[in-house]
Amino acid sequence: MIRLAVISGKGGTGKTMVAAALADIGGVPQVLADCDVDAANLALLLDPRRLTTEEFRGLEVGRIDHDLCSDCGICADRCRFGAIVHRDDAWVVDTLHCEGCGVCAYVCPMGAIEMVPHVCGEIYTSETDLGNLAHARLFPGSGNSGLLVVEVKKRAVALSEGADLMLADGPPGIGCPLIATVSGMNAVLIVTEPGIAALHDLERLVTVCRRFEVQIFVVINRFDLADDICRDIEEFCAKEDLTLAGKIPFDPVVVEAVRAGEPVTRRESRATDALHGIRDRLYSDLGLI
Amino acid sequence: MKIAIASGKGGTGKSTVAANLAWVLARSRDIVLVDCDVEEPNLHLYFPAEETDVPVTALVPEIDFERCNFCGECGKFCRFGALAVVKDTVLTFPYLCHSCGGCALVCPRGAIKEVPRTIGKVSCSRPLPRLVLITGVLNEGEVLAPSVIKAAKMFAEGHPLIMYDASPGIACPVIDTLEGSDYCLLVTESTPFGLHDLRLAAGVAEELGIPAGVVINRSDGKDEETVAFCREHDLPILATIPFSREIASIQNRGGLIARDLPGWEERFAALSDAILEVGP
Amino acid sequence: MIICITARAGGMDAQAEQRFARAPYFTFVNTETGASESIENPLIDASGGVGPRAVQMLSDRGVTVVITGHVGGNAARALAAGGFKAFAYPGSGSVADALAAYNAGNLQPISLA
Repeated sequence: MIRLAVISGKGGTGKTMVAAALADIGGVPQVLADCDVDAANLALLLDPRRLTTEEFRGLEVGRIDHDLCSDCGICADRCRFGAIVHRDDAWVVDTLHCEGCGVCAYVCPMGAIEMVPHVCGEIYTSETDLGNLAHARLFPGSGNSGLLVVEVKKRAVALSEGADLMLADGPPGIGCPLIATVSGMNAVLIVTEPGIAALHDLERLVTVCRRFEVQIFVVINRFDLADDICRDIEEFCAKEDLTLAGKIPFDPVVVEAVRAGEPVTRRESRATDALHGIRDRLYSDLGLI
Repeated sequence: MKIAIASGKGGTGKSTVAANLAWVLARSRDIVLVDCDVEEPNLHLYFPAEETDVPVTALVPEIDFERCNFCGECGKFCRFGALAVVKDTVLTFPYLCHSCGGCALVCPRGAIKEVPRTIGKVSCSRPLPRLVLITGVLNEGEVLAPSVIKAAKMFAEGHPLIMYDASPGIACPVIDTLEGSDYCLLVTESTPFGLHDLRLAAGVAEELGIPAGVVINRSDGKDEETVAFCREHDLPILATIPFSREIASIQNRGGLIARDLPGWEERFAALSDAILEVGP
Repeated sequence: MIICITARAGGMDAQAEQRFARAPYFTFVNTETGASESIENPLIDASGGVGPRAVQMLSDRGVTVVITGHVGGNAARALAAGGFKAFAYPGSGSVADALAAYNAGNLQPISLA
């Protein structure tokens, strides 16, 4: 199975739109994974039917047993994350800040603190007309989105029987969740746009991707909004030896399709034509067609 | 007053709204703009100026092999796998370390010292007479974004007017950015994606007890659902910025519409007035 | 010599597992006595850094040879430092099959560099 992640560095460049379009017109048996667990949007375009829902337990967090606590405050002194706070006359663990290191439990002279699993999201599997989908929801303020990405990918593998392709919609950024997404992929498709911010982010993203053995493809979305910066991106791709899989014009039909909750490729448009070209180039380079 | 600019979804125009607001505010008062999107900081692109860099470090363990007897306690304690005692050596994996200090605490031989390791930097500049820009930058491949965010925020501490530009999403870096803010400006776009993620971001602001308002960006005039959501949740819509090729073209090239497009300075001034009114 | 084989479940008949540090079970085989023992992997749900932690655990148990599928970068560094030898069993057979393939000299060493 070929594993392909659609990523972007900068947010809002059209990653999910491209991922949904490829899923729609790919024409190969596939399993889908929404690895953007902070803001999971792929499902909005795929009309999923839920198969399973599981709790996601991230890191363990400290829990203070107030019957044993002597109120000494040593745990709060030792906690480097400011996660132990005095609230309503008692020491409590603020789970938004707890990193789960276990120092509080170690230093507590009363043995009043234990580390307990903390539910910080949900993991879903669904079926869609385009293939099975693994996705998730991170509860606001929870850490460990990287680990949740790992779990989503694991579910996708479990759902992948008969699939030739795992297509993942990745998170923005270059941090932990992005690294968790790219790890183990065969290829990444970077969706960028002609703007100085997106170009800046593209450069940083490529640095990170180079650490993994992944083939890197680039798509320039809304390329006609700033021709000069589009040329800068093309030059960057040439210099870095990145394969430019295609360019998508600005097209109001894209927003219309998103509003209707469907992949843009269901409509005739210039963007759809471009996406077909990208699919052909990408999938033939990956040996899928 | 501390104002945070956030958006659940990436690419809604959070940074361009922040940059335009900061430019307008700096016309009449001192303002510190802090780029807390440390994975992909972009505000400096709108305000090129000479920067002074200060490294951001995190403490990581260093083993004194004269004292270590390879008992393995540190490796057993570390939940992040940042140390492993195998046979007669101790391996450290600094980029897995969360700097909790636990290893040094549990070592029965006092053989672990914590030493600083650079994970990013904070860049400071003064692009306009009354604007200070502070940018947190996380080094590529590092994971401790919250440490860099806290460092960047610390540099701004004490100034009367501070604006934080958050990263997209709703995970820990966003919480670390929003904390301590007096107001949260949520930038969205009127698509189902934008609305879905606005809902999440508004939830975070509510959970933290921070009053919030909304800017609808790249509007094509079909904002009914977003407007209804805001009305339902008591979120005032402070500004609506239409989609136009002209605006996109200015912003894509690092321009500021408040400065470069007639009529927009007044509109951003009105937005800043509305926000400052909420201030403490 | 103690060999560790990563497995989906306990016992010699369980299917061998391709993942190393996140394998559900570790089965230990003492080649001198022929005795075997399986333990549930306590790190399976740990949040991160499981590679180094798993290696320390195996080191504590006197393991010197690991048979698994894939080894991550951190785990590889720790295995190399501990003087372990690692071998890849790419098949979907049982723990016993993997051990037999190793004994027959049919397994490729995993590069730990």
